[in-house]
Formats: sequence, C-alpha cells, structure tokens
Amino acid sequence: MIAHWQGNGGLVAATALGLVLLLALPQVVDPVMMIELTSYVIMAILALSLGLIWGYGGILCFGQSAFFGIGAYAYAIAVINFGDSTIPLLLSIIVPGLFAALLGYFLFYARITDVYFGVITLTVTLILYKVMGATSGSQYVIGTAAIGGYNGIPAVPPLNFPGRPDAALSFDGLFYLSGLTLLAIYVGLRLMLKSRFGQVVVAIRENERRAELLGYDARFYKLATFTIGGAIAGLAGCLFANWGMFISPDVFGLAQSAQVIIWVIVGGTGTLLGPIVGCFAIQWIATKLGAQQVLNANLVLGTILIGFVLLVPKGVVPTIGDAFRRLKFRPYVAPLVEQRRVP
Amino acid sequence: MDLLVVLSFEALKAVASLALISVGLSIIFGMMRVINLAHGEFLMLGGYAAIVATKAGINIWVATLLISPIVVGVIGVVIERTIIRFLYGRPRDTMLATWGLSLLLVGLATTVFGNTTEGISAPAGSLQIGDYRIAAYSLIIIVIAVAVFAAIWAVFRFTRYGLIARSTMQNADMAAALGVNPSRVYAVTFGVGAGLAGLAGGVMAPITGIVPTIGAAYVAKAFITVIGGGPAILAGTVSASVMFGAIDQIITYLSTPVIGEVALLAAAVVLLRFMPQGITGRFFRRAA
Repeated sequence: MIAHWQGNGGLVAATALGLVLLLALPQVVDPVMMIELTSYVIMAILALSLGLIWGYGGILCFGQSAFFGIGAYAYAIAVINFGDSTIPLLLSIIVPGLFAALLGYFLFYARITDVYFGVITLTVTLILYKVMGATSGSQYVIGTAAIGGYNGIPAVPPLNFPGRPDAALSFDGLFYLSGLTLLAIYVGLRLMLKSRFGQVVVAIRENERRAELLGYDARFYKLATFTIGGAIAGLAGCLFANWGMFISPDVFGLAQSAQVIIWVIVGGTGTLLGPIVGCFAIQWIATKLGAQQVLNANLVLGTILIGFVLLVPKGVVPTIGDAFRRLKFRPYVAPLVEQRRVP
Repeated sequence: MDLLVVLSFEALKAVASLALISVGLSIIFGMMRVINLAHGEFLMLGGYAAIVATKAGINIWVATLLISPIVVGVIGVVIERTIIRFLYGRPRDTMLATWGLSLLLVGLATTVFGNTTEGISAPAGSLQIGDYRIAAYSLIIIVIAVAVFAAIWAVFRFTRYGLIARSTMQNADMAAALGVNPSRVYAVTFGVGAGLAGLAGGVMAPITGIVPTIGAAYVAKAFITVIGGGPAILAGTVSASVMFGAIDQIITYLSTPVIGEVALLAAAVVLLRFMPQGITGRFFRRAA
C-alpha cells in the first residue's frame, strides 16, 4: 500500500527514529508531561493491537479494551499473590490471548458476519464491566487479592527485575520499557506482515472467498490474528496497571472501547503507523479537554468519530500518504479499479 | 403456588421489557440493515422526554406514551437525513458513525441535564397475589408490549405504508421502479424505529430512573436479542425475548442479576455458533 515505506530501509529508519525519540524525550520534556507521555505510549500499544486485527485482519472488533482490561486484571491479581512480577507479566499476555481464542473460536467458526462480530465483542466488553463492577465484597477474593468492584484494585505492585521482587521498576524505567515494547511490537508486526502468514492474513482481508478457494482456512487465520491482537492488548493492560498502580472496571467501559476505535480510524486503518499517530493525537486532545469545563469530552470525541467516518474515512496517515505520493511520484491518474478500502 | 404465579409474572415482565427495548433496534436493523449503536441513547432521550414533560405538569401517560415516541421519532428522522443516509450499503461505517452519535448524545445530555439520576415515580400501585405484592406497573409494561407488537404487525400487514416498507425491504430497486421513493421510506422507517425506542425509554423511565449514560445498560441486552432473533423482525424479537428473558430471569432468581446477564450473553454466543442466522434464520423462515 505505502510501497516506498515497506522496504527494509524504511523499517530501519523508523526504528532508529523511535530509539532516538525514546532516549531524547526524557531529557527535554518536563516530568509531569513524561507521566502523560508514558500513558500515551502504553495506549499506543493498545491502538497497535487493534490496528493489526482491524486494519490488516479486516476484523471489526469493538471490544479491544476487553483484552486490555483482562490483561491488567490478570497482572494485578497475580502480582499481588506472587510478589515477583515475572509470571504475572506472562499471565497478562496469556490470559487475554486465551480469552480471545475462545471467543474467536465461537465467532469465527460460526462464520457470523463482521457486523455481528462488532456487536458481540462490544457486548462482551459491556458485560465484563458489569461483572467486574459486581465483585465488591469480601467473598470476591482471589488468593490475597480483593477485586473490589467498581472501586478497583489499588496499590498494584510494579514490575520488577525477573526473580528479584526488591528491584522494582522506576517511573522512568516504565517509560523506557513501554517505549521499547511499542517499538518491538511495531517492528515485530511489520516483519510478521511481510511473512507468509501475514500475506495470507491480508489476502483474506482483501477477498476471503478467493483466499479460501486457494486453500487457506480463513477461520484459522482470523482466529490466529485475533488471538495475537488480544495478547498484545493484554500486555498493554499490564503496563497500564503499572502506570496508574491501579485498575478498575472503567477499562471495560463504553468510553474506553470507543477511544481505541477512534484512535485507529483517525490515524488510518491498513497502516501500523496510523494507529500510533491517531492515539497520540487524540490522547493529547483528550488531555486538553479534561483541563477545561466548557465542552464535554464525549461530545467532542463523538463529533470527531462521526466527522472522520463521513469525511476522512481512510484516516489521516493514508490520506497524507496518498496526497504525498500524488505530488511527488507521478501525475495523478484515476485508478482503473476503485481501491478496496478497509473501513 | 403463589410464588410460582409471582415468578412467572416476573419472567413475563422480563420478556416484555426485553421485547420493548429491542423492537426499535430490530425494525431499523431488519428493514434497513443498519446497526444503530446509538439505540441506547434513543432510549435515554425517550426517558428524558418523559421526565421533562411530566415535570412540566403533563399527565404521565401522555408523556410516556405520546411525547417520548414523537420527540425521539423526530430526532431520528433528523439524524437519518443528516448522517445515516450517506452511509447506506456500508454497514461498518454506519456502526462507527452511530457509535460516534452515541457518544455525542451522551455528551449532549450530560451538558444539558447534568450527570445525576433523575426519576419519576411509577404510576399505579401494587397488586396482591396471596402473600406477595407486585407492582401494577409491571402488568402495564406487559400490556404495552403486547399492544405495540400487535400494532406493528397490523401496520405491516394491513396498511399501505406497511406494504411499501416490506417491498422496499425486499428489493429497493424494484420498489423504486414501481414509483416508491426508497429514500423517504428509509427516513420514515428510521423515524418509526427511533420512536419505538423513545417509547420504550419513556415506559422504562419510572422503573430505572434516567442518567445520560443509561443507554449502555440497555444496548447489550437489545443487541443480543436482535442478533439472536435473526432476520424476521417480529417473530425474531419475540422468540429471542422469550428465550433470553426466561434464561435471564431464571439465572437471576438462582444467583444475581449480573450472573443472569452473563448467562444471557453466553447463551447468545453459543446460539450463534450453531445458528449464525439467529433463531428465525433457522426456524419460522417465512415469518414477518
């Protein structure tokens, strides 16, 4: 799609730029902004997970925050019990991955349409919100961790060096860890999408029936993509629980689910850079909105979502990419076949 | 014996409320293939319309049964003309746009009404069954649900609009060739669906109270019902409401309401695994 970026040169350049930003930002940005910035980076990982399954897998998941929240809860509950954070970190990836696999099995193998898929995933998230909210009281305890209903789990212990619970991660450390994770997942996904597996996933997005007639089981590939996306979202949830040292059912709320969708649609589906850019932009706007009282944040986010669906359905990054290419590489020629867009 | 009567009455009420809050969504989805994620917010607006009207001194029955559906129906037509009509044939984009609409309406309601629960007291008192008392309003909900479904059936079956709407639903191009204006049919149908959502919101307002975010409490149930029901609007909504309402009520009685909703969702997911087209995709295929 963006051919001149998909050479390995582009990937190396993007990685180098990411590393430079990662090292330089803490030197030039003030500490309060660093706290905000760390949360943006963590949310960008979540955005990337949806960017994979929606933009490349063609799977319209409205409940990506479900896996994010499950990852966060899995980490919080396990780390309170174990003390050492190594196994909890792994659990925060495995548990949401398994949950995604189970849900995906029922939905993909039933071959329900993508519209139903969106609704069911949204419903799952809303019901998780209620379930986790209903767990206040002393009977809802897993090991030594009280789940706490709508009050959430406070004082979640931070990540530590594997095997040494006393060597806890500092806040700067969390920024570096989150940034490296984002970079690693970005590079990993780029490589995965170039692999045979990734090519099949994209082929299924482009034309599911044709891919099946060529012998690929679309259900399996979709399930695999969905599971990978769920696991990545869970890892982001683990980092988020570290960031706030707190986790509550709000991660399953309608607003959180909508935000992930907005990041991806604003940044652009079908790219990996788009969701990250969209996430940073919208988060920054949301921070600014939170600081004033005139306009309700939901009002603005809703307007942005409607506006982008109606006016800029491809998202910012692909739109800029198209304009750039038209300008630079060749005179604009109307394409013979309308390019298939992933909405 | 009395307990049995009370329990079946409660189950009937659960089925009726489920059918009532789903039918507007079902009509918009069944006729127009539009998944309206702002459905819960239409219910919320219906509730506010009823509360504002009642507080202004209007009779509560007029407020819930007339003003709520009319206000939300008009809002629905406006939304169809300004947003939805640009997105026909693009179900994914429609879902995203209506989700944006849902956020926008929540934000708007929060700005106007504030983030507090408002309520009106339920009219009618209670009924005595043996040693138990039940709210008479529950009986009224059942009556309203039956009346609404009978009315929808009659409109689709016997009126000119019903004929035109059903034909447009089957084949919009052919209907247009025969002189029907599909664009207008869609606008009216969306308005009717929104109006029914408004009616449900108004009727439920005395029981639940209304906050700007109450839509989220309704949408999950409404979507499960509509998807589980499948393509036939009335038969689908009724059969899914009976099945899910019964499951919800039984599990709720045995444990807690939250577990009841989880059971509802699990039942729907498992159902879809074996009947991807919903209940009426498998059975009663010829039903309306």
